Amino acid sequence: MSADGGTVARFAHRICPTTGLKVHDQADRLIKAHAVVATVSLLVGGIAAILVLLTRWQAVHLLDAVWFYRILTVHGMNMLIFFIIFFEMAVLIFAGPVLLNCRLPAVKTAWAAFGLMVVGMLLVQWMMWTGQADVLFTSYVPLRAEPPFYLGVILFAVGALITTAIFMATLVIAKKEKTYEGSVPLVTYGGVTAAIIAVITLAHGAAIYIPTFLWSIGVMNVDPQIYRLVWWGLGHSSQQINVAAMVAIWYLLGGLTVGAVVLNEKVSRMAFVLYILFISMASAHHLLVDPGFGPAWKVWNTSYFMYMAVLASMVHGFTVPAGMEMGLRLRGFTQGLFGWLRKAPWGDPGFSSLVFSVTVFGFVGGITGVTFGTEQINIIAHNTLRIPGHFHATVVSGTAMAFMGVTYYVIPLIFRKRIAFYSLAKIQPYLFAGGMLVFSMAMTFAGTFGVPRRHWDITFQGAGYGVEFSPAVDLLMGITAVGGLVAAIGGGLYILITVVSVFFGKPLPEGREAEFADSIPPGLLTRPWTEIPKDAAEPEGPWKIGPVPGTMVLVAVFLIAFITYYFANWKLLSFAWQVG
Amino acid sequence: MHHTGIEPPTGVWWKPAHKAEKVWVSIAFAWCMVLFAMMPLWHLRGGQNPSGIRARVEPADFDARVNQFIAEYQATDANGQPLVENGIPVVAPPPGSDIYMIGRMWAWSPVLQLEKNAEYVLHLSSFDVNHGFNLYPFNVNFQVVPGYDYGLRVRPTEAGDFRIICNEFCGVGHHLMIGRVTVEDTGLPDPSAEGGAE
Repeated sequence: MSADGGTVARFAHRICPTTGLKVHDQADRLIKAHAVVATVSLLVGGIAAILVLLTRWQAVHLLDAVWFYRILTVHGMNMLIFFIIFFEMAVLIFAGPVLLNCRLPAVKTAWAAFGLMVVGMLLVQWMMWTGQADVLFTSYVPLRAEPPFYLGVILFAVGALITTAIFMATLVIAKKEKTYEGSVPLVTYGGVTAAIIAVITLAHGAAIYIPTFLWSIGVMNVDPQIYRLVWWGLGHSSQQINVAAMVAIWYLLGGLTVGAVVLNEKVSRMAFVLYILFISMASAHHLLVDPGFGPAWKVWNTSYFMYMAVLASMVHGFTVPAGMEMGLRLRGFTQGLFGWLRKAPWGDPGFSSLVFSVTVFGFVGGITGVTFGTEQINIIAHNTLRIPGHFHATVVSGTAMAFMGVTYYVIPLIFRKRIAFYSLAKIQPYLFAGGMLVFSMAMTFAGTFGVPRRHWDITFQGAGYGVEFSPAVDLLMGITAVGGLVAAIGGGLYILITVVSVFFGKPLPEGREAEFADSIPPGLLTRPWTEIPKDAAEPEGPWKIGPVPGTMVLVAVFLIAFITYYFANWKLLSFAWQVG
Repeated sequence: MHHTGIEPPTGVWWKPAHKAEKVWVSIAFAWCMVLFAMMPLWHLRGGQNPSGIRARVEPADFDARVNQFIAEYQATDANGQPLVENGIPVVAPPPGSDIYMIGRMWAWSPVLQLEKNAEYVLHLSSFDVNHGFNLYPFNVNFQVVPGYDYGLRVRPTEAGDFRIICNEFCGVGHHLMIGRVTVEDTGLPDPSAEGGAE
């Protein structure tokens, strides 16, 4: 039944002494390559972020109009496409070959796919930096970039699609060669979810960028409204790859940092299935005040089939902290409602990243996202700063923060290096998440005053009519800038730490983790996932509200915040002109 | 058997959920139904809804319709001359009429003079690329897409001097694209005061 031993033996499996996971050399190299390019994109996108920030802060107003929109395009493409997708490809290679102890199939094809992605990225960078693609991230037709821009995106997407297919092949091989018993781990299941959504997303990308490329060379027409519909099948769905990958990392970091258990495999896996089924309908979130679609279409699609994908996120938002609480209680941290949380390793950058990612994603990103994605409330949110306020809380504070947190474990586990500047690594999540929290909340509030997103000059110098925003807007934009700069310092620290660790870091000899406690996250020393009493009875929490009382309180607070913000926005909407 | 998400679950893992999980999933499900119900409900009861009046239109045809609208209802100054502001015609359409506004790089045309509590069907479209209609300071936003005529039944609920900010990136002069709408209180009754808008 298993493949021939010779084939398997040719691949250099080795056992990671810390986790007992077999780590594959070929997979290692690919993970490293993808992670390095992702980090370079993050650096480019981060520098662009600072320039955009210092321009929107009217007191500084750094760039001229041409360079502002150019750099904003650079920021969007590097962050949302290159950084995130390169990182996600690394996550897939980790969730497949590494977690399943499986050899990596089609190694040369995997490298060719990586090469395609890099070439595609370079084409896009060349077009953007030379001013031949000043069309922003969305490149709405009929704004036109030069053809190599679209070609670059197509090549990048094809490469990513191939890597995703190789990940799928890994699953088949691992099953056939029986490299694991039972079902795939939940983290891998989340990776599969991300991969399936990636296929849906990249198919939309092909469906829109191939016609748009042909349009750019003058051989066919593309309808602007249909472009928006199909493009958002790429643009929004790609954020759902992020969500699925991020939730998978939540479960991963929970296990690694505090020995979080899976409360119920069925519930968590069904929540992932809900993502696959309904999440691509979210393209509609961007079309709620568009002329091309009727109210019934908008209501149905923006709700992801009656909010079933929101339900999925609310389930994960419960099971992740509940798993942490249960894991910690099983290991003896049973005091009171929140004793488990107080005793948690707050100095572990993997743990603090996890907590910030879950909290800010849920409380700020999730609540604002569902509220603004309501058909009518979108009237008072569309294309204002409320939108980037929302998605910086999801993609940056949620996804990027989770990715950063997991890096602190990947560097010692995969790269076998100690973390450089470890004391800085401990505070990095606090700076990054704290800064982004201030940034996204101030930005969202500024948007409430009608301040447009993607705008070079909200003092409208030289326009035929003046517009005078409330003085509160100046203050909020200043706060946005300060929060953004703090986050940028956090992001810069992350790049510094990872680059120095990987390229110039001191090696971490196998089996000698204890000697280097001051430069690796504590989870790798205490290995909490090995300390769970496997067959212990479930702990009794105080006050008879089940085994996870602390989490019950936390989600109740979340629900109250959600209801309050949601209905406050209906109230705000009711003050507007009558439209209908 | 307790395990983390990094280990393959062994044996049968299709087990009944914990009570705490059941409670939370039920609450979350109920809340999702509320979220869903609010949208149709607001269509029935609320005063602010994206309308379904829409049609495809060639940009040149829409432009011609705008010009016809301007010719029909252009306001006049004290000397009886057609009123123009910043090179843009000013139009005073009668209550209840179809009114038009076109976005192009980088202006909204025409300037509209409306009456408080009157209802109009505002037709929006673009001559060139995507634009964004943001009625300042009410923060009412609609997407303006070339090739599509979006008809919005609007009823100004306040008198004043308002702006249209373009909030969809439309090229390097994007920030110059500001339009104007004025609303005068001519004593029309507020229909929502007597039992809700239509």
